[in-house]
Amino acid sequence: MSIFAGGVDVGSTQTKAVILDSERKIAGSALIPTGANVMHAAEHSFQLCLQQANIPRTAVNYVIGTGYGRYKVTFGDAQITEISCHARGAHFLFPQTRTVIDMGGQDTKGIKLDPEGNVLDFVMNDKCAAGTGRFLSAAAEVVGLPLDEIGEVALRAKNPVRLSSVCAVFVESDIMSYLAQQKTVEDILGGVHSSIAVRTISLVRRIGIEEQITFSGGVSRNIGMIRALEGKLNSKLNVSEQSHFAGAIGAALFALERAEKLSFEGQEVVEWQK
Amino acid sequence: MMENEVKEKAYHGQMHRIQKELMMRWYSQLDQAEETGTPVVYMMVSGNCVELLHAFGVLPVYPEINALQLAIRNQSLPALLKSEEIGYSSDNCGYVKADMGSYAMGNKSSLATKIPKPSLILCNYVGCSTYIKWFEHIADLTKAPLYMLDIPFVREDEPSSHDIHYVVRQLHEVVEILEKQTGRKLDWDHLRATVKMARQAEDLWSQVKHFAQHSPSPFDAYFDSTTLMGPLYVYRGTQDCVDFFRVTANELRERMHNGVGVVPNEKFRIVVEGPPPYPHFRVFREMLARWGACAVASTYSTVGGIWEFGFRHDPNRPLESIAEHMLNHNLANRNFLQRYAQIKRYIEEYSADALVIHSVKSCRLFSAGQGDMREYFTRDLGIPTLFVESDLEDPRYFAPAQMRNRIDAFFEALEHKKFYRQGGTA
Repeated sequence: MSIFAGGVDVGSTQTKAVILDSERKIAGSALIPTGANVMHAAEHSFQLCLQQANIPRTAVNYVIGTGYGRYKVTFGDAQITEISCHARGAHFLFPQTRTVIDMGGQDTKGIKLDPEGNVLDFVMNDKCAAGTGRFLSAAAEVVGLPLDEIGEVALRAKNPVRLSSVCAVFVESDIMSYLAQQKTVEDILGGVHSSIAVRTISLVRRIGIEEQITFSGGVSRNIGMIRALEGKLNSKLNVSEQSHFAGAIGAALFALERAEKLSFEGQEVVEWQK
Repeated sequence: MMENEVKEKAYHGQMHRIQKELMMRWYSQLDQAEETGTPVVYMMVSGNCVELLHAFGVLPVYPEINALQLAIRNQSLPALLKSEEIGYSSDNCGYVKADMGSYAMGNKSSLATKIPKPSLILCNYVGCSTYIKWFEHIADLTKAPLYMLDIPFVREDEPSSHDIHYVVRQLHEVVEILEKQTGRKLDWDHLRATVKMARQAEDLWSQVKHFAQHSPSPFDAYFDSTTLMGPLYVYRGTQDCVDFFRVTANELRERMHNGVGVVPNEKFRIVVEGPPPYPHFRVFREMLARWGACAVASTYSTVGGIWEFGFRHDPNRPLESIAEHMLNHNLANRNFLQRYAQIKRYIEEYSADALVIHSVKSCRLFSAGQGDMREYFTRDLGIPTLFVESDLEDPRYFAPAQMRNRIDAFFEALEHKKFYRQGGTA
């Protein structure tokens, strides 16, 4: 009998869902904006996953919710924090991972892993969106570019500016003043990425950075941020197309382990009854 | 990774009834102090010398306790806003702001009883320079006499004989002031009897704290300690305090012998550093308890005095032992390395799994260095350490979703480490 397991990562900005099969292959994945209705986002993302996997809902044996909205995954069987899930997901994507840098919409996290992908320590930004995806989207709005283009533009910076603040609220006035000084958008965005990289690394250093380092979360799709972090760390980051889904993948892996355990226990009961 | 559901009702025994009676009586006495003509001395909790006050029949007022009572009863925000309105910086200490705001709003307790004006403001400012300004402000507003009882920081492992002599000399001056204010000479036999009763209460309090070495622990040394600290600071040196702690020790001993833990299904034993988030006290407690986490020791419960390591007031050396207590046997006047040693000892002697640091924004003096503390315990000693931050007074600094996320993630990892990686059973 084939087993399927689901992971739904309800983040502050985006909701990610993944269904894994018993071979630990991704049978379906979905990414949608979270919006105001968190329960709906969880449900909708999971439905999209089912369609992609081409399986009925009843085929999924176990679902785990993660992220800030994990308790809103009302169809889930359990909840696990995104810290544990990102660790597990990053380890799945890159088994040599010892440090995870996860940058999401409102959170930046550093996670230290053991060789099995278990969390040894973690650190997060506190009550401030400085150095998160929100900061980048605020910067993108000010310079009038789509969020998914600013990373490429930042790579073309020749003399990146030095931002006076990494506050997601004050970044607007900071950038406006540089625009008024005729600084190029490339140099401004170069400065934006550089300042976030510096702040993130100083945060993650609190737990000690060990190689290999895997970059996860929505901001891992931003090539400018990948290069800025690599430059400051003087080290290559593990990034894949699935890095954005690391939390949902981790949740699905935990769910698969539980589904397999339940299935194994069920078989034992059947064997015993024979 | 299933979490414990905290369904059982919290234990409420005779100890809780007596505690409530004692605290209500104190508030009532304060409410009527001006009518009864009872002198009132404002003082700080850290290393307090309440025995001296009881020897004169004088009532203590702790502005910190007034402030935290406002916070725990969800009344601190209006007082905080009032203080900001009259000019206190938003970054100032929450205790100071809540107390000064409350003063500006009529100086009522959280029970709406009157906090009387002080006869004397005794600024025993161990560990906190902001408190000096706080008490100066109170003195300016009330026009009451202010005595700065200067307690030197402990610079070596132990205070020097000069330090002790210096504090004793000041205590003699305080005695002279209290003699003038009360109109009677200090009865030294009565002071010795008072100190003897303080010692008896300290013996019992120390016993209670050691009960937490038992697994499951019959009481939570962080959250439950705050219940016991009220009588300890207000009534220490009276028979009421001795009786209260005797009842408490008997009840908790019985629970310990019956194997009843304060946290249902105790799974994790933690040491907690830092004051509680009083405005969200119950929420924070439940966030930990749902993981079966019980605080078996806490540094906050030693702010007013450290007795579990053997120190006792001495009726044969009343003022000297009061001075020693103020100098060296309270958390706030000790350096960070001594605090490290205290926590390390707790972890070893109370079989703790982890350290939880609750850092408070209000008090940089108390919180500065906790980042290094986290590194020391995590990296040098290999003790899993959770660092969370909010405030002891200001409800605005507590973000429930973030707090819960950190706590859940920490215990998810700790659960794996304790029950799976080391070959144990969940």
